[in-house]
Amino acid sequence: MEEEKPWALVSEVGGENGYLEELADIPKQHFQIICYREFLQNPVLHGPKIQALLIWKYCPAAEPSLLRLLPSLKVVASAGVGIDHLDVPFINSLGVKVANTPRVVSNATADFAMGLLLASARKILEGHHIAVDPKTTHIPQSLMGVEVTGSTLGIIGMGEIGYKIAQRSRGFEMKILYHNRTRRSTEDEQAVGAIYCESLDYLLRRSDFVMIAVKLTSDTTGLIGHRELSLMKPTATLVNISRGQVVDQNALVKALQLATIRAAALDVTHPEPLPRDHPLLSLPNVLITPHIGISTYNTASRMVEKMVENALAGVKGLPIPNEVKLK
Amino acid sequence: MEKDKPWALLSEEGVKQAFLEKLADIMEPHFQIITSREFLQNPLLHGPKIQAMFVWSCCPAAEHLLLNLLPSLKVVANGGAGIDHLDVPFITSRGVKVTNTPGVVSDATADIAMGLLLASARRIVEGHQIAVDAKTTYLAQNLMGVDVTGSTLGIIGMGQIGYKIAKRSRGFDMKILYHNRNRRSIEDEQAVEATFCESLGDLLRRADFVMLAVNLTPNTTGLIGHRELSLMKPTATLVNISRGLLVDQDALVKALQSGMIRAAALDVTHPEPLPRDHPLLGLPNVLITPHVGMNTCATVRGIVQKMVENALAAVNGLPIPNEVKFE
Repeated sequence: MEEEKPWALVSEVGGENGYLEELADIPKQHFQIICYREFLQNPVLHGPKIQALLIWKYCPAAEPSLLRLLPSLKVVASAGVGIDHLDVPFINSLGVKVANTPRVVSNATADFAMGLLLASARKILEGHHIAVDPKTTHIPQSLMGVEVTGSTLGIIGMGEIGYKIAQRSRGFEMKILYHNRTRRSTEDEQAVGAIYCESLDYLLRRSDFVMIAVKLTSDTTGLIGHRELSLMKPTATLVNISRGQVVDQNALVKALQLATIRAAALDVTHPEPLPRDHPLLSLPNVLITPHIGISTYNTASRMVEKMVENALAGVKGLPIPNEVKLK
Repeated sequence: MEKDKPWALLSEEGVKQAFLEKLADIMEPHFQIITSREFLQNPLLHGPKIQAMFVWSCCPAAEHLLLNLLPSLKVVANGGAGIDHLDVPFITSRGVKVTNTPGVVSDATADIAMGLLLASARRIVEGHQIAVDAKTTYLAQNLMGVDVTGSTLGIIGMGQIGYKIAKRSRGFDMKILYHNRNRRSIEDEQAVEATFCESLGDLLRRADFVMLAVNLTPNTTGLIGHRELSLMKPTATLVNISRGLLVDQDALVKALQSGMIRAAALDVTHPEPLPRDHPLLGLPNVLITPHVGMNTCATVRGIVQKMVENALAAVNGLPIPNEVKFE
């Protein structure tokens, strides 16, 4: 019955950071939903009812000031695999579990990574601009890109997404190098022809495309800075589909301006979106997309379904399929 | 010796001067180059010396008037695989050989095909425009694309390029259908898990992405018209990397405007470039690139090397690697 459905707090439906209308139906099947704005109108009334916090695109922010108002909270369920926006130890200390949605995001993100790589390598954005420009009278002879087939792809972070990128790049006969905290099994490596690089520097020196597919942690913040960019080939392309903060953006701007590297393709920046006067926005050799790595209806729906599944399990005191446990 | 090198004609319209300079090191060891402009200053003097003609981007046009001025011509050597702009029966009837450069273009063209497919499916160009727009203050939720992983790719034309596209799409777990004049061998089909569709209509009905990879011939002109577009799914994307004339562009415009198909991604149009007031340029669901399928330095060098090889063989009366014979 309607009254028995537990209450969940969400950001908003529609609007700047809200759920698409179609996706909002999914949590509504299992939860009574209250939006953040309505909650704030009477937190003392609404707060104690709420057992689940459903986070979409980082909102609502699971900060102490909010969590303090939710004494009955059992679970913070985030849509997406990244959890760098959540202070997991703190949330757990309140007796609240945390869940994310790994795996369901992987295919769409790996597809997008390949799309960014190809679009940058072959100058698809510039090509389109020329093709539709009112002033274009001739097909340009000099719009040259770089070869993808047979080139070297260096994957930093060989988790599920990194591995799926490797699988996709095989069809282009790319040579695959990878750098990861832990080495993959021999079977895994052989299946995609990937060569482990214990040294990140080694990977950076040899790659034509450097693909960032790591989690954002204190170890990976600023992983790619001035030094790393200077090790890259001047013909190389940096592709980032993980988090903006993995890259030192000031160093990246300089590297692109000085042609230390050829180009960058970024689905993620810090912040998102960038300030409108940020130099990255006007560099000709930068492709930026607005964090749409998971943006297909199917993937977004599955993410929300998983998030709801995790939240329900948390509310019922059952094992949570994708609980984030810190070691 | 310098004087012993045969003369070859090359057009400035097809090859901008800067471009020509980059490739001079490949041509000049073997040929003395004369440009169209120089030739036309004194065709009676220069004409009889010329034994080879290099055709790039359809220039020079190997037509009656020009060929009459080249009594010693032995070969028309085209850069690129497509020869629909050459009247092969006419040229060969004059005792002049025609050559092209298949093979060497295939990887770069297959890469661009995948790049266009992914860029269209995941709305990369629109994403960039939003990401850099001066008015963007937040990242909207509604830039949803369609899934590539697990979708159905229908390849029309399973020659070398079509087959390489099939190989690349396997990494994305795409289901591959293909339609071709001739069926490929079982081994070829199994290697990429491609299913032959004897009926083009069958392929069109089932495909999420329809990829045109056929030669332009009288049989394939207008292959994709209103009827074919109406058979496609409303969620499907048309990708064309062959020739603009394969598609009835007026029918395509209507199909895109009415939502009969989801989107189109075109590296080729007719003409190139399109008139600046052409409706295709203004449609939000069209991605157009200015015929960049072969545009990487490595591929262009490879093409020029092949052109020179073919032309030298013809001039020296030796077997020609890539002779185009009229059937």
